[in-house]
Amino acid sequence: MTEPVLSIENLTIALPEGADRAFAVDGVNLQLFAGEILCIVGESGSGKSMAANAMMGLLPDLVRPVDGRIVYGKVDLLDKTEAELMDLRGRKLAMIFQEPMSALNPLMRVEDQIAEVYEAHRLLSPKTRAARAVELLTEVGIPDPAKAAKAYPFQLSGGQRQRVMIAMALALEPEILIADEPTTALDVTTQAQILKLIRDLQRKRGMAVMFITHDFGVVAEIADRVAVMQLGKIVETGTADAVLDNPQHAYTRKLIAAIPRLAAGQAPVRKEKTPVLEVESLSKTYRTGGGLFSKPRVVEAVKDVSLQLAEGETLGIVGESGSGKSSVGRCLVRLMEPDQGTVRLAGRDMAHLKGERLRAARGSIQMIFQDPYASLNPRAKIGRIIAEGPMAHGVARREAYERAARLLELVGLDVSAIDRYPHEFSGGQRQRVGIARALALEPRVIIADEAVSALDVSIQAQVLDLLADLKERLDLALIFITHDLRVAAQICDRIAVMHRGEFVETGPAHDIFNRPRNAYTRTLIEAIPGREKELATVG
Amino acid sequence: MLRFILMRLVKAAIILIAILTLNFFLIHAAPGDPAAVLAGEAGAADAQFIEQLRERFGLDKPLLTQLGIYLGGVLQLDLGYSYRQQMPVADLIFARLPATLLLTLTAFVIALVLGTLAGVLASARVGKWSDTVISTLALLFYATPLFWVALMAVLVFSVFLNWLPGFGYETVGANYTGFRRALDIAQHLILPATTLGLFFMAVYMRMTRASMLEVSQLDFVKTARAKGLKPGIIQRRHIFRNAMLPVVTLAGLQAGQLVGGAVLTETVFAWPGIGRLMFEALAQRDYNLLLGIFFVSAAMVLLFNLITDILYRVVDPRIRVAS
Repeated sequence: MTEPVLSIENLTIALPEGADRAFAVDGVNLQLFAGEILCIVGESGSGKSMAANAMMGLLPDLVRPVDGRIVYGKVDLLDKTEAELMDLRGRKLAMIFQEPMSALNPLMRVEDQIAEVYEAHRLLSPKTRAARAVELLTEVGIPDPAKAAKAYPFQLSGGQRQRVMIAMALALEPEILIADEPTTALDVTTQAQILKLIRDLQRKRGMAVMFITHDFGVVAEIADRVAVMQLGKIVETGTADAVLDNPQHAYTRKLIAAIPRLAAGQAPVRKEKTPVLEVESLSKTYRTGGGLFSKPRVVEAVKDVSLQLAEGETLGIVGESGSGKSSVGRCLVRLMEPDQGTVRLAGRDMAHLKGERLRAARGSIQMIFQDPYASLNPRAKIGRIIAEGPMAHGVARREAYERAARLLELVGLDVSAIDRYPHEFSGGQRQRVGIARALALEPRVIIADEAVSALDVSIQAQVLDLLADLKERLDLALIFITHDLRVAAQICDRIAVMHRGEFVETGPAHDIFNRPRNAYTRTLIEAIPGREKELATVG
Repeated sequence: MLRFILMRLVKAAIILIAILTLNFFLIHAAPGDPAAVLAGEAGAADAQFIEQLRERFGLDKPLLTQLGIYLGGVLQLDLGYSYRQQMPVADLIFARLPATLLLTLTAFVIALVLGTLAGVLASARVGKWSDTVISTLALLFYATPLFWVALMAVLVFSVFLNWLPGFGYETVGANYTGFRRALDIAQHLILPATTLGLFFMAVYMRMTRASMLEVSQLDFVKTARAKGLKPGIIQRRHIFRNAMLPVVTLAGLQAGQLVGGAVLTETVFAWPGIGRLMFEALAQRDYNLLLGIFFVSAAMVLLFNLITDILYRVVDPRIRVAS
């Protein structure tokens, strides 16, 4: 077997005191070979990013490797001085990050940021650097590279920014590219393009790529080999096919089992039920900026959207960022005023209620939000968070707290949670609190806006199970807004695909996934990572 | 850009007229009659004399008419006449304005330059003893009452050490000219400008330090490190430029108050500036002079806001290109 380009031997990285465990990375052994893509998979906090940062010598100040070696070119990177590491960074080892929005300096032109790589290593003249920048941008497939070179990051889309990051990383033809969740923040169609780009460039240049991800779909698309990490340790390594098709370790099996499957089964036969929510011709236009002398910027976020939701039914609204799906949700719960259209909830038009009557009606339509960290008041105890709504609607304090206790049990939390603060809970537990809070007002309809998107896959599976269970038991009508088609496939009865403010296709989930009629729907579905692999296995 | 500036100037003019109108009514709503004060000081407070004064100064006309006359004058750059000082308001203000601007601008530059430098230094040595020393000193100057620092400065550097003059704008009776005079004024400037500057320096120092630390945690700084850039370049090019954005905002807000913001310092150092003029005008119900000073200070605020916004467009491409 050939020599690895880089090998990590017994790497151990200590966390500062008071962390939830002693070691972020605990005795990790890994080898990275030229011309391969090694995926490190794990949930948040598994130590995968720490290991990558250690390779670059970019660990946070309080975190230090305490044992092990990172051998590159026969020397231990951990022994290198900062100056020696600086020489390697960008030239031999390059890195791209998760958030293309924040990974570029907002005040510098793209070409200057690329040219800096050459400048850092005192290569090329300033003029040739600029020319090289355009060549690199061409290579990563940015439309109109000359113009993009002169642009500032905010003028580019998320996918384009990630391409710039890749161009920058490739500038000095490094031997190793470390990609830390590079597609996680991107829309599914953009993700598919970036994955392909990385794969193509890696083949063309024979680079070794260490690709860090939490998403097994992405693994299926891109990995040659896989290492699964849990709590700082590597629990399983192997070729991508071996790990995906025949996982050995219990944790790997759990992770893979938690991935929502695409709708392959038959659509469930449904009894006809009366619609509880009827939306007709809903429109919302945003006007931003504009003053005494300037024209406002107008964005038609929601254009003529109509939908019906029956009792006990789950409607998925899927779409990419900026498609207007969250705006629909916000209009429905009247967190936002729709410009036009009617929202009839159990026969009453919500869209035009005002004041006290709107307040009274709000109880029957509730929302679960995306970010379990930001959506709970950090200064309020869980009991108050849940009981506040019913109390505002006139329920006696004692009764409201009793109801809160019952709801906590219902969502699978201990009743003692009532006296604790949100920060004492994990993301998944907080999302359960968010669900309990939404249920507290005994709503007819619940709108879940990306309610599981911020959660790790195993937690996500638990919360999805909970929602499905509650829906069954309480006969809830649910609108499930998500960018993740896999999640939609798992939980939704019907799906509406949203694109540029409009519903381009609506139908039973099974039909949408198996017989999409609209071209955009097809693009979306084809872009789902790991889909081909899954289809091949299902047969 | 030119169009932007033009639009802003038109807006500024509208705002200025609104401010003037508001000030006009506020001043007239305050108790006290300038004619009565004048008559009282002349020693003849009988009703007929007061009535005469009123008529002479146009104070007997309806308020709206008075406002109209005043605004009409302002549009022709005539700020009216100070009956108390028997001089045109504009002359009074422009006689005092240079001294105030000299003092406040110098203090402003001292505060901005020293504060930013100290902030950058402190952020680069965060947690070390030099950071503690800088932060504590800055806090000390900010927390100590300005007039006390000023008095102590006079006591130490003027009375005890006799290094610098302790009061006034220039040496009275020396009649210096040219370079000699400039040097004389500069010597007189050092104590008041430094005292005032040290006070504001603390704000810039803390803002810069916090902002630098915040920006240094951002992703693009990690990108810069991953390129292999040297820490110095990262500090200057990536962290400092981004960290300056809030500092520019703060400086713009503060620069607008340069005209009226130095009353205390001017009083302690007997600096013949606008702050003291304003204080006297207030005590004497000198309506026109007060309005005139308000007008000039409002115009200054608007001007510096405009400069801040232009500066912001220069440093931040997101604002420049988006509009």
